[in-house]
Amino acid sequence: MNDTTPLVQIRDLTVTYKTRLGPTSAVDKVSFDIRRGEILGLVGESGCGKSTLGKALLRMITPPGRISAGQILFNGEDILTFDEKRLRDYRGRQASMIFQDPMTSLNPVQTVEQHLVEAVEVHEGQTQSADIVRRIKTLMERLGIMQSRLASYPHQLSGGMRQRVMISLGLVLNAGLIIADEATTSLDVIVEAKLVDQLREIRDEYGVSILAITHNIALVAEMADRVAVMYAGNLVELGEVNRIFDWPLHPYTQGLLASVPTIEIHERKELFKMPGEPPNLARPPAGCRFHPRCPAAMSICSRHRPGLQEAAPGHWVHCWLYQDHPEKEEKTLKAAA
Amino acid sequence: MKTQLFSKETENLVEIQDLKKWFPVQKSFLDQLLAGRKDFVRAVDGVSFNIRRGEAFGLAGESGSGKTTIGRLAIGLETPTEGKVIFDGIDLGRQNEGELRRLRRRMQVIFQDPMASLNPRMTLGDSVVQGLKIHYPEAAEKHRDTLLEIFERVGLTPARYFINKYPHQISGGQRQRVVIARALITRPELVLADEPIAMADVSVRALLLDLMVQLKQEFNLTYLFITHDLATAKYICDRIGILYLGRMAEIGDLKEVYSRPLHPYTQALLTAVPVPDPHKRRTKSMPAGEIPNPINPPSGCRFHPRCPIAQAVCAQQEPELRELRPGHQAACHFAEQFL
Repeated sequence: MNDTTPLVQIRDLTVTYKTRLGPTSAVDKVSFDIRRGEILGLVGESGCGKSTLGKALLRMITPPGRISAGQILFNGEDILTFDEKRLRDYRGRQASMIFQDPMTSLNPVQTVEQHLVEAVEVHEGQTQSADIVRRIKTLMERLGIMQSRLASYPHQLSGGMRQRVMISLGLVLNAGLIIADEATTSLDVIVEAKLVDQLREIRDEYGVSILAITHNIALVAEMADRVAVMYAGNLVELGEVNRIFDWPLHPYTQGLLASVPTIEIHERKELFKMPGEPPNLARPPAGCRFHPRCPAAMSICSRHRPGLQEAAPGHWVHCWLYQDHPEKEEKTLKAAA
Repeated sequence: MKTQLFSKETENLVEIQDLKKWFPVQKSFLDQLLAGRKDFVRAVDGVSFNIRRGEAFGLAGESGSGKTTIGRLAIGLETPTEGKVIFDGIDLGRQNEGELRRLRRRMQVIFQDPMASLNPRMTLGDSVVQGLKIHYPEAAEKHRDTLLEIFERVGLTPARYFINKYPHQISGGQRQRVVIARALITRPELVLADEPIAMADVSVRALLLDLMVQLKQEFNLTYLFITHDLATAKYICDRIGILYLGRMAEIGDLKEVYSRPLHPYTQALLTAVPVPDPHKRRTKSMPAGEIPNPINPPSGCRFHPRCPIAQAVCAQQEPELRELRPGHQAACHFAEQFL
């Protein structure tokens, strides 16, 4: 694989849960790439499928859920075809995940050092232990974890420190992809800011790709190179961070951005009040899933589902405003290039 | 001055005076014997401020700063270790249970998690009307009308439909409206709102914030608004107090505090808040470390180990809250340089 192919290519990924109300697609035909060395921010509100998508990338969907369609290509290989052994190798050595609550991911009776050594030993049995120790030391220094902390147990660490240990578990194996699912959400704002700085530095230094899954739109503006927006199981918009924030195309993205509170005192603009609430995915609206809340909804929106359209170079949107259809009577908008 | 006499005229609805709340740390008998002393979590450690009638006062701080404990003390849900809470000229610490209960109809609470604050086996109507039944049993025949009216008022229409639903049958945003309705049905004067919209999604938040602002005007409410989110506070609060480890770091008009913060901690907090604009990314680095353990808070100024401008005196002497601009106080030895 050369360096121009994206690290991850997600194609028509669908994750279905069996529920009492029938099959529910938490992620519905989602396609996008994660480029090498980028920070991709995946934003959306609760229930939009962003966390399910993150788990699917590590094939961690458990019954009653399953990946029912699509492909996930990692370095060109479909991870959905991996057997148990390859999957174990893939998780950890190639992709790792940080969750919102590190306490549930760390073993309470293992020290920080034991966590790290175990991770290396399991995945790279042949490595010399002196080498492991050296790698761990460098990494700890890099992440600002004091050497003395290696002997600590998870409960003895602060929240920010625990998250850094989680990050180090991914980095010690040189994973190419780190999935951070609300990794900074439970942290206080100053600690969160510090961790965001570190994630950026790590990306610069190690060239890892980071998929930052969050509900916090401001945080995405702060750290991401590109942004993917999800709504009710669909990817609605994808583009460079500056484009998404300067020229959001999808009415949902537009509304979302206009409803984010800021601390700027001189910002007099009132918050946008989006009507309604996200739909129940067991009974999603027909056509475009956003149409019942959409201020720009047209007749076609409730009948047909729009495709993902490249409205401007590198800027993709899933909306009838920007594409034609034989049944569509309204004018198609041109995106500012 | 006899405050009782002028109770309706007092400028301050709530006065918090040198409030302290220490929680004992649970230890085994042996550990305690060996340590030779009792340890306390100093959740609130000497805090004073006033809430003016009709204002929205914000209390902001990180986890462990004591903001929730102060809220609970302010409406008499906890008894202080030291200090006083004076509500409308009445010292809560000197009232008996019956008097406290009568006072409580004048204060209500909205908590963060609406699912946890509503009884899953009670209809929404039954949950909301409860307060009236307890505080105004004599007016039972009017309860249903009041109930329907308050449901309409918070946007749960048609009210007749919603009062017979159960919490799990409605959405999160609607549940938070139910909790607001329940708080307002007794026509309180003071509403303690502890992270009232922290759980709501962004697209739903703006509507809830707007509702709270409208209801405040309409019902002549005074808010004590507790939050960790400085951006949300901006849309509702008139004044704000910034807490750090059980002490007030800064207090003043929200606009003043946000545009010209005088305490290095407030400055760090405001810098850390991410801005939803990729062109305005933060370039300043953040102070190291995290909020320390409130069992053994740092000596002197509690922020000194993380403070970028700390001097020797900061580790020895605890700074008092000083008024540095009219109505704007900060507890920092070196705040003058930020004037």
